Amino acid sequence: MGRYVARRLLLTIPVLLGASFLIFAMVYALPGDPIRALGGDRPLAPAVVAQLRQEFNLNDPLGIQYLKYLGDLAQGDLGTDFRGRPVLDTIAQRLPVTIKLTVVAILIEAIIGIVAGVLAGIRRNSFFDNVVLVSTTLVVSIPILVLAFIAQFVFGLKLGLFPISGVQEGWYSFLLPGLVLASGSLAYVARLTRTSVAENMRADYVRTARAKGLPNRTVVVRHTLRNSLIPVVTFVGADIGTLLGGAIVTESVFNLPGIGRAIFDAVRAQEGAVVVGIVTLMVFFFIFFNLVVDVLYAVLDPRIRYE
Amino acid sequence: MSTASMSVPSGSARGASAPVLEVQDLRVQFRTGSGLVNAVNGVSYTVSEGETVAILGESGSGKSVSAQAIMGILDMPPAEITSGRIMFEGRDLLTASAEEQRKVRGPGISMIFQDALSSLNPVYSVGFQIGEMFRAHRGTSRKDAKKLAIELMDRVRIPAAAQRVDDYPHQFSGGMRQRVMIAMAIALDPRILIADEPTTALDVTVQAQVMDLLKDLQRDTGMGLVLITHDLGVVNEVADNVAVMYAGRIVERGTVDDVFGNPAHPYTEGLMASIPMLEAKGGRLQPIGGQPPNLSSIPSGCPFHPRCPKRRLGADAPPGRHCAEDVPPLRLVVPGREAACHYSEEVLGV
Repeated sequence: MGRYVARRLLLTIPVLLGASFLIFAMVYALPGDPIRALGGDRPLAPAVVAQLRQEFNLNDPLGIQYLKYLGDLAQGDLGTDFRGRPVLDTIAQRLPVTIKLTVVAILIEAIIGIVAGVLAGIRRNSFFDNVVLVSTTLVVSIPILVLAFIAQFVFGLKLGLFPISGVQEGWYSFLLPGLVLASGSLAYVARLTRTSVAENMRADYVRTARAKGLPNRTVVVRHTLRNSLIPVVTFVGADIGTLLGGAIVTESVFNLPGIGRAIFDAVRAQEGAVVVGIVTLMVFFFIFFNLVVDVLYAVLDPRIRYE
Repeated sequence: MSTASMSVPSGSARGASAPVLEVQDLRVQFRTGSGLVNAVNGVSYTVSEGETVAILGESGSGKSVSAQAIMGILDMPPAEITSGRIMFEGRDLLTASAEEQRKVRGPGISMIFQDALSSLNPVYSVGFQIGEMFRAHRGTSRKDAKKLAIELMDRVRIPAAAQRVDDYPHQFSGGMRQRVMIAMAIALDPRILIADEPTTALDVTVQAQVMDLLKDLQRDTGMGLVLITHDLGVVNEVADNVAVMYAGRIVERGTVDDVFGNPAHPYTEGLMASIPMLEAKGGRLQPIGGQPPNLSSIPSGCPFHPRCPKRRLGADAPPGRHCAEDVPPLRLVVPGREAACHYSEEVLGV
């Protein structure tokens, strides 16, 4: 197991290199001149433009630019944006917002999704089961952008239950955007849990558990739910990695200064160093949480062993 | 163990005493999308201490369903027990509360299944799953339950039990897995053990070992054994009495020697004729013509009549014994032998 984890962690290095290079190349290929755009309506003096281009290595070919970036990175320098602000500062400022949003969203999707899925799975074809089926279908079929505005309008404006934008009210500010962000995954978790529970209820080993004269609670909790939740736990785990990458739409609609907004702004301003820095971090989160899920899978299901 | 000699139930040869389990006129239906399926249609049998009763039948004859009804582990719905009594130690399990039924499962009646791999929970160690019996029924501590599990694994002859107690089901071979199931089933010294095709998924040498083990355990504990199988060889080797099932009914019942030696029902006769014989090497096997009946539309009269070579229809049949119209009851043909055929005497040749 230890060797397996070490090998997987080593494998992230080439993946991160490849991902960062791809992002670098894509920003490079964007049309327009970021330095001239920096001036806005008042064009910068040619000398200033030349100096900035020199400073940010913009005159070099792609490969050289990338190697210089890697060289700085090796010394722990993620570079700066065109205004001289270190990328690391941007990440340090933005990441906590995204982490809070992720925590809220994951809690909502896991708790509500699993409870709804388990109840629906145990009482299949009941009224509650049908409510879950219809509502999850509804949620996944509405784009998150629409859902976000509806939530903002209904819960924020009309009912006045939640703040509409910003992070002034601490964790409470994250509840509504968290719910919106979680909605799609929540529906998926509920359905996955429902199917998994319903399938396991018919499993031979559940029949054995009944034949052993175990109390009903033990049969359901120990012999049905534990097995049913293995695929759910792995999905939720992988979702953490995805959500930590920031949610551009949700963060924009609710005006949350998180990673998603930062990357959106950076792409628009063609801030190569910022885009590469953040995206590489996203890729790392994604890989890392997938590794966590794989390890967790082996812990939950003894049939899985990594050599 | 009470071995008081009581009135000998019909058909019982060895180890006869008062029945521990008595199934009376059990009927089970399934409600499915395509109508009612009559899986068990009035099955009655008794099992005494130390007795081995084989329930013999092909797939769909209702043998497993009747066993699951006895255990109280049928999925209801779709299944429904429409009539009958299941008397265990003088108590009707069908009218007992769910909690009372649960307490019988394990210490009273327990069951092993055909496919031990899918019947054991893949995410718990075998020791844990065996120990669960003690923890659930006797409130034994986890630590003591594990010790008892090791003892049981020893008893069912799993080598190196103490080292293997924490292993998971997938780490065992098929025969060893079935031994784990057996260890679990006998943990609380049940009075009745129902074995539903216990050796079907195993290869022949392992089959014999598992059957030997079951017989030895039965001798040690005096439990009654209900052996559900379609394997004529297994029945012949281990059972005292046999009940042959067809279309959810018992069509013939008696001691194994009698029934196998001289069948009183044409279906049993057909089964015996279909056994490959070493002496008849090179000859053709004799199958029973036709198909087993569809349980949602069982033929009228005797359910076997469309396939029966000895049926009598129309003017051939005496009144009340028309094979396509009159249902033959299970009746005593000769002492110790019951059969559900209008013409059992002729089949038997008495």
